[in-house]
Amino acid sequence: MLKQYPTLRYILQRGGWYFITFVVAVAINFYLPRLGSNNPVKIIMGNTSQGLSSEAVKEKEEKYLKEFGLVKVKNGKIVRNEDGSPVKASILEQFISYVGMCFKGDLGTSFQKYPKKVLDVIKDAVPWTIALQLPTILFGWIVGNVLGALAAYKRGIFDRVFFPVSLLLSSLPFFVFGMLLVYQFAVVWDCFPAMGGYAGDLIPTFSWTFFSSAAYHYVLPFFSIFLIAAGGQAIGMRSMGIYELGTDYIKYAKWLGLKETRIIAYLFRNAMLPQLTGLALSLGTMIGGALITEMIFSYPGLGMAMLTAIQNNNYPMIQGCTLLITVCVLIANFTVDILIGFLDPRVKAGLQIGKGN
Amino acid sequence: MKQFLSLFKSPMFVIGFSLFIGTLLLALLGPLVFNITTERVGVQYAPPSGKYWFGCDDLGRDYVSLLIKGLQASLYVGFLAGIIATTLGTLLGIYGGFKGGLVDDIINMVTNLFIVIPSIVIIILISASFSEGRSLTLIAVIIGMTAWTWSARAVRAQSSALKSKDHISLAKMNGANTFAVITLHILPYLASYVFMVFILQVATGILTEAAISMIGLGPLDTVSLGTILNQAKNNGALSDGIWWAFMPATVIITIVVFALYLINTSAEGVFNPRLRK
Repeated sequence: MLKQYPTLRYILQRGGWYFITFVVAVAINFYLPRLGSNNPVKIIMGNTSQGLSSEAVKEKEEKYLKEFGLVKVKNGKIVRNEDGSPVKASILEQFISYVGMCFKGDLGTSFQKYPKKVLDVIKDAVPWTIALQLPTILFGWIVGNVLGALAAYKRGIFDRVFFPVSLLLSSLPFFVFGMLLVYQFAVVWDCFPAMGGYAGDLIPTFSWTFFSSAAYHYVLPFFSIFLIAAGGQAIGMRSMGIYELGTDYIKYAKWLGLKETRIIAYLFRNAMLPQLTGLALSLGTMIGGALITEMIFSYPGLGMAMLTAIQNNNYPMIQGCTLLITVCVLIANFTVDILIGFLDPRVKAGLQIGKGN
Repeated sequence: MKQFLSLFKSPMFVIGFSLFIGTLLLALLGPLVFNITTERVGVQYAPPSGKYWFGCDDLGRDYVSLLIKGLQASLYVGFLAGIIATTLGTLLGIYGGFKGGLVDDIINMVTNLFIVIPSIVIIILISASFSEGRSLTLIAVIIGMTAWTWSARAVRAQSSALKSKDHISLAKMNGANTFAVITLHILPYLASYVFMVFILQVATGILTEAAISMIGLGPLDTVSLGTILNQAKNNGALSDGIWWAFMPATVIITIVVFALYLINTSAEGVFNPRLRK
């Protein structure tokens, strides 16, 4: 089947594989929160039921049980035993109703911001996360790669200073770096705000005051991610560059007496491939990656939303965020696989050989 | 063994190794030198003084004690998670790569599956579901169980390349069983590689624990460097400029991780001749 279209077959193969992975990921996302305490409703009830009459408590509990799909529901009503207690749904039935709801785009209801839907909370938060992460990752990637390639090619004194610095930068846990930035720039020198995505007395609107305030609040979080991302990229590019410098085609090019810029161009092109996949992957982990940075700066993105959800045992919210993170990572990986199929001649050759069987 | 001794010729390795031994000694011998107590000894956020070198936290506890306990906890998590992840990854990787066939396919599939599903998601979900009785050991086990995948993939690639070497065929002809071939003829070749994987896994374990604790899902039974930072942030010490609440802990984490990275990078340079120049 599809023998004459190796590329299409490759794409379908990878697509099928990622679908299986997706199903497993959804199953994990469904099952793990039910692992420690078998009934999330009990935890929520413990937090919210104080000061309510026993009637109200029961009503509330049944409402939650229904929302979580923990009890059997028929025609919108809870199926009851003879003594009036709700019939429990089996784990398989729970899973089916969970998957059904996910496909409808219904990730449940947030317990903190009741009755706001989880999906709406996520929709509010995601733009902030993307605005913070996307430019940071791209700039960090470009700057890091250029510096790394230079270090690999020049070696000598530049490399000897540059390499330990970027190693130290990338081994500095990024959240630690963020805290140091806050302390130095926001507390000691007091020249940048310590927290928030915009001044507290503003409401997000399309106005100059709002944008300038947002830009002002953007500086510290940006640098806390940027420098470390650039350092990590530079290290990767440096070792790739050194590896490529030892290969035969570079030696050959040098013997031929090609111009230095030409050789660097060849070198860059070949060392670039793993870096490109690295870029796609870090774009995929973007949503989940800023969790702690956002927490330190109290930045109003998804990380902060998830953090408050964790602090309040807001299970539907946590599950919604983790599902979103997983889906983004899966999509990024799938894209990388397809890209490599087109860009890497070795994979292409493998596909052509595979034609015969 | 010889190749491990040659590590000491690399200045980078010596620096990293001494830094790491230094932190290890601080964690092990600290309790003998300092009087470790988690009782209230001073006022809230008492500044550093001759008696309490790094001041006190929001509950008036001595930071030197907390930091030493935290360092012990972080190293414990790092080593436990590192040992679990490296052992699992190495065994599965070698076995799959050496056996080939269906066993290899299954192991490979599971590995690839869990490489793609972000481990931080799994760690958050499990930690969040254990809202009571979340111990340091549990966190280390969770980290170890989610971090083995990439070492399995890397080791598998190495061992399947070794599979077709002559000395392996010879050993098989002599009637050596799978276990003997793996332990006597494959593992020694991978020793330097597994060592590097282990070092990285320890660093990952320490960083992951700190990150998890930072978002408030840390151990409930002890202090760790991550929980110290979490409290500094939550109680407003960071925005109030109380530097002794977070600076020493950040410096310690950075030193440990930097030391481990130095060891790993220098080992790469020694074991992989191509990087030498």
